[in-house]
Amino acid sequence: MTGVAIVGAAETTELGVIPHMSELQLHADAALNAFADAGITARDIDGFATAGFRPTEVAQYLGLKPRWVDGTSVGGCSFMVHVRHAVAAINAGHCSTVLITHGESGKSRVGKAGMAPSPASFGGQFEAPFGVMGPPTMFTVPVLRYMKDYGLTHEQLAMVAVVQRQWAARNPRASFRDLITVDDVLNSRMIAYPFHLLECCLVTDGGGALIVTSAERAKDFPQPPVYIWGTGESSETPIISQMESLTSSRAFRQAGGDAMREAGIRHADVDHLMIYDAFAHLPIYGLEDLGFCAKGEAGAFIWEGNTAPGGRLPTNTNGGGLSYMHSGMYGMYALQESVRQVRGIAPAQVDNVEVALCLGVGGMFGASGCVVFGRQPRG
Amino acid sequence: MAQRPLPRPTPETDHFWAGTRDGELRLQKCHACSHVYFPPRPFCPECSSRDVHVFRASGRGTLESYVINHRPHPAWTAPYAIALVKLAEGPRMMSNIVDCPQTPEALVLDMPLEVVFDKQTDEITLPLFRPAGGAP
Ligand SMILES: [Zn+2]
Repeated sequence: MTGVAIVGAAETTELGVIPHMSELQLHADAALNAFADAGITARDIDGFATAGFRPTEVAQYLGLKPRWVDGTSVGGCSFMVHVRHAVAAINAGHCSTVLITHGESGKSRVGKAGMAPSPASFGGQFEAPFGVMGPPTMFTVPVLRYMKDYGLTHEQLAMVAVVQRQWAARNPRASFRDLITVDDVLNSRMIAYPFHLLECCLVTDGGGALIVTSAERAKDFPQPPVYIWGTGESSETPIISQMESLTSSRAFRQAGGDAMREAGIRHADVDHLMIYDAFAHLPIYGLEDLGFCAKGEAGAFIWEGNTAPGGRLPTNTNGGGLSYMHSGMYGMYALQESVRQVRGIAPAQVDNVEVALCLGVGGMFGASGCVVFGRQPRG
Repeated sequence: MAQRPLPRPTPETDHFWAGTRDGELRLQKCHACSHVYFPPRPFCPECSSRDVHVFRASGRGTLESYVINHRPHPAWTAPYAIALVKLAEGPRMMSNIVDCPQTPEALVLDMPLEVVFDKQTDEITLPLFRPAGGAP
C-alpha cells in the first residue's frame, strides 16, 4: 500500500491567552501533545518542518535529529505546504516520520520571532507609505471591488461571521461562543470600512502539531490514520495591490485545483470543508475559487445556511479564525479541525466525514496550500 | 503627526522615485511583448525579457477598490482611505485619495483620478491621487 497519513495531531494544551509561555514553548507544547497522541517521542521523528521560527531552533529545542528539514514560510498556509512536502519526502524515502509544528504568541507576544518588513521591500516601498496597518487594512482592500462586481451585500458579508459563531457555540475551546446576529456584526466597531470588528479574526496565543508517516506504518499507531489524498500549493504576490484579480485568488485556484485533481474527487465528494478565514470575505473567495460555488454566488450560498450547522457543506466547523482562535498563522488550526472531523472526534462533529478539504491562505492573498484528507486509504 | 513610513529605493526602483521627485509617474514597458507593469524591475514579469524601458505614464486612473481605516495610525488622522488605483496604462498601485472626503459616499468605485505629487523629504515624493478635475 502506498500513501501517507496523519498519525498524530494536537493543539497546545491551552488556547487563547497564554502569557506564561514563550512562542518557542508553544511549538514544543503542541509537539509533546502530538507525540502523546501518536504514542511516540522525539526519537521517532526523522523529518521536521515549521514556519515562523527557523526549523533549526525548534528542532534543537525539541531534541530532534532530523534527516529532512523544511522551513517553507509563506504565511499561515505554510503548514498545508509542509504536509504536501512531507508527503513527497516520505514517498521519496528521504525520511519516514515527519513532525510539523506551529506556535505563536500572537496576543501575549512572549518571545516573539520574526522581523519587520524592510522599507526597501515591495511592501516597504509601495504599500507602507500609504498608511497600511497590518492585515485589517491590506487583506480587506479587494472586497469593495468584489461587492460592486458581484452584488455581495454588507449583510451577506456579515453573515459569514454569524454562521461561524454558530459553529463556535458548539465548541468549548472556542474563544467566542455567544451567538450573534447580522445586526450585531454591522453594529460592531468599524475597523477598516467595510469591515467591522466581528468580520476580522481574533488575535490569540496557541500552537499545533502534526505527525505524518507512510500509510503502511500508519496502521501501527494508536489513532485511526487520516489519509492524505491530495495536496496543492502556490504563491501569488507579496503585496495586495498585485493580485492578478481583486475578486479571485489565483493561488487558491492553483492549490485547490491541484489538490482535488490529485485526490481524484469531485465537489460532491467533499463532506467537510475548512477555508482559512482571517476575514469574512475569505470563505466567499475560497468557495468560488475551489469551484463549490459559481462566481458571485458564495455570499448567497452562505446566507442560505449551506455552510452552517445542518447545512449540506459544513464549513469552518471549529468556529474559524473569526471565532475559534487566530494566532497569526491560523492554517495549523484549520488542519487540526480537518483531522478531528475525519477521526470523528470534533466538538461540533459532522456525521460521516469520509472526505475533508482544507484550504489555507498565506500572507494577504499571497500564497495558498490545500490538503484533501480521507478516512480510508485513497482508492 | 509622525512622518509616514517612507520607502527606501533600490537600484531597480530608483527611476520610479526619481520620477516622482520630478513630477512624473513612471512605469515600465516590455519591448518584446508590450506588457506594461508595476512595481519596477529591470525585466518583464510577463515574458522574462530584459528588453524593457521606462516611460512617463499619464497619471490618470480609476478607483478600483479601497478600505477606510478607522484605527489610529501615528502618521494619519483616521478615518482615512487606503486605495487601489487602476492606472490608465493597466497596472494597479496602492495610494491615498486626497482632496476628497474619506467616506464611502464620496469615494465612488471607478471614479476617475489623477496623480498628484506629495513631497515628503528631499529624496522621497509620494504619488497620491485626487478626483480628476479637482475636488467634487
Ligand atoms: Zn514582456
